[in-house]
Formats: sequence, structure tokens, C-alpha cells
Amino acid sequence: MAVVCLHGPLRSLAGDRAELDLRGGTVHELLRGLEEQHPSVTGWILDERGVIRRHINVFVNGERGRAETAVESGDRVEVLPAITGGA
Amino acid sequence: MTELTVGTKKGLFVLEGDPGGEFKVRCRAFPGEPIDFAVRDPASGRVIATSTSPFYGPKIWFADDPGGEWMQAEGVALPEGGEEALERIWVIVPGEGGSLWAGGDPGVLFESRDGGQSWELNAALRQHRVEEDWQPGGGGLCLHSIVPWPDEPDRLAVAVSAAGVWHTDDHGETWRRGNHGIRPRYLPDDVSEDSSPLCVHRMERAKRDPRRMFIQFHGGVYRSDDAGQNWSYIGDGLPSDFGFPLALDPGDPDSAYVIPLTGDFDRVTPEGAVRVYETRDGGQSWTPRGDGLPDREAYLTVLRRAFGQVGEGDSLQLYFGATSGDVFGTGDAGATWSTVATRLPPVFSVTASA
Repeated sequence: MAVVCLHGPLRSLAGDRAELDLRGGTVHELLRGLEEQHPSVTGWILDERGVIRRHINVFVNGERGRAETAVESGDRVEVLPAITGGA
Repeated sequence: MTELTVGTKKGLFVLEGDPGGEFKVRCRAFPGEPIDFAVRDPASGRVIATSTSPFYGPKIWFADDPGGEWMQAEGVALPEGGEEALERIWVIVPGEGGSLWAGGDPGVLFESRDGGQSWELNAALRQHRVEEDWQPGGGGLCLHSIVPWPDEPDRLAVAVSAAGVWHTDDHGETWRRGNHGIRPRYLPDDVSEDSSPLCVHRMERAKRDPRRMFIQFHGGVYRSDDAGQNWSYIGDGLPSDFGFPLALDPGDPDSAYVIPLTGDFDRVTPEGAVRVYETRDGGQSWTPRGDGLPDREAYLTVLRRAFGQVGEGDSLQLYFGATSGDVFGTGDAGATWSTVATRLPPVFSVTASA
């Protein structure tokens, strides 16, 4: 099981839980598992194509991760909005 | 008391006031979030709003009290596993027979039959977009105008930038184009009508004569007398026939109001003066209406959905907002204007109800 850490409105969508233990071999599988456990999250992180939204960042054990990044039991996966510019 | 729902770059503002005066901010919702559009549904009394979070994508929300709790609507997405994702919802329009319609990017139409709680994608129009080469306008491939036919819930017209005008007579089961007569100056003359990227900026239908329709085009104002099949140019007499918003007086099928901008090269009010132009003869002549509006050093941009109206006839109320954060209004069909609000975030949309 990996630990998925949520921030901002994602946390309230997941039942006000900051951390969830989820099964999956990749970041994408973990995020699909998150949607199954908490359907309110559907559409917020992955879009209809299954792509991680452009301004969402994922870190696996402190390193930038992508959808296909492998995840092992005990890994810590942070999901958070990107620090993007603009007004 | 008139209520304005003002979508801005930094949240939804609900304003209240009486025509001809300054309005008060009754509440603000979604602080920090871009609110593309909001409207109070006359059937349910709910306010329906749409946001496009740069982080979490487009959503539709509904609330009985816009100052209270908002609920996220279901079904606002394209089919999973496709090649495109929903980019933005541009407009929500109460239809006939209790439906609500929502239009967005990439050229999509949704319908709700439960007061905005859940939405279903119109598959037939979507199929046209999948099979045909629709080109986006500068604001994206936006379906921004939805005009029901009074008392006939199966008839509907929509406009897409830049895929032109589309009609259905069977509640969205089939669609046909309606663009004859529109002349895009940004294309060569010999480009075929059905393959042209037609950048309609806004479309409206006259309530008392639904065969009468108006379009503010990307360079050109047009009128149709046959329910949107054929269009005639009516831009003569305007300082510029470029602009985005358009409003009608529901009591007068010959009426239309536009807010000209200098042109597609400089999208601000011409010569630093804010003027609304009114026709009462179907576009044969236009009269500037600016009494009370800024008339010098005012270079405003008014976006396509930032012009709303309520009432009709001599007591028609019109309200428009600019990306400067100013909102202006009239309670006497444009004869006199006043400043309704200032220093709001950039205004994306304005709707009015009373």
C-alpha cells in the first residue's frame, strides 16, 4: 500500500482525509483507486482522457512523478496544485 | 429589486439594487476561482454557475442561496477515454419545458432535466465535431449561444466559435447548419460555406417573433427573418461592426443592442468612449446610447456573455460589465445609464433577474 497525500479541496472531497492508503503499481493506478474509493474526486485530478490535469503536480517520495511512475508499498505520493503564475 | 449575477475572474458576485442606481454586493462566492457564467433559473429558483479552475478543470455548481452552500453537478464531462477533455463551460440557458442547456469548449452542448443537478452530453452535435474539422476561435472552440424557441421545447439553435450556427427541430437528435449569407471577411471569397470557420460571437432570438434572430459576428452584425437559415448584413451605421455582446428587447422583435469595439486588432471601445448602439427597425438604423456612460479616456473591453437584460419595452433593463471591473446599467431601455458597480475583478458574464 502506498500513502497518497491530498491537499486543498481534494482533501475535503476525499472525506476530509489528508492521507489514504491505496493499492496500485503506478501513480495512475493509485489515482484511479482514489476515484473508486471517493467518487467525488472524479474529474478533479484526472480528466476524461485519464490524463493528470496540467496544473496538478504529483511527487513520489519527493521526486516529480508522472502517471506511469512506478509506486511501491510504503511510497509517499503527494498530489497538489502546481505553483503556477498568472494574476 | 433587480438581481445581477456577475461572473468574474475572481469569483461570483451577486449584486442587488434598483434600476438607475448603484447596486450593493449581496454576496460573493467561489473567491479566487474564475466564474465564467452564472444565471438564476426561473423554474427552480436556483442559481447555476460554472467555474473553470486552472487546477481542477471545469465544473457546474448549483445553489438555492448563492451565499450559502454550493453543490457540484454531475455529468459535466466528455466520454471517458476519448481524445479530448472538456475545457470550459461558457453559458447556461433555461430552455423550454423545464430543461437547462449548457454550452462549452470543445463545441459541446449539455442538457439538464433536473434543475442543474445532472447533465447529459448531446451526442449528435458531439458527433459533428468529431467527424468535422471545427476550428477554434481566439477564445477556444466555444459553444457560447443557445437560443430556445418559445413554447417549442424540441427546437433550438446554438452558435459555436468558429463552427457557426446549428439548428435542431427534434430536441438535439439531429442538427443542421444555418449560415447562408454570413460573409467572413477574414477568409477568401471562394471558401465554401459549409467548411468555413465562422466566428459567431453571440446570437439571440426575438421572443415575440422567434423567426427573427440577430448575430454579432467577428466583423459584422446580421439579422435573420427565417429562423436562422439566411442572414442579412445590418452593420451599416455602426462605428465598428466588430464586437462581442448582443441583447434584445423581448417586447420588440425589431430591437437589438450591440457594444461595438474598435476591431479585431484593438478590442476596446472606439475613441475612448463607451457607447451602446440600439436599433428599433431591425438594423436599418442604429442610435448611440451613452447618456451616463464614460465618454472619454475609457478603453473598455466587454466580453460576449457580459451583457444581460430583464424586463421589456420602455422599462427594459440592460446591464453590461467590462474587463476593467466596471458594471453599467439602464432601467429605461438605454435612454440613460448609470454605474452599477466599480472595482470588481475582470467581468466575464452578467445576467439579470427581477
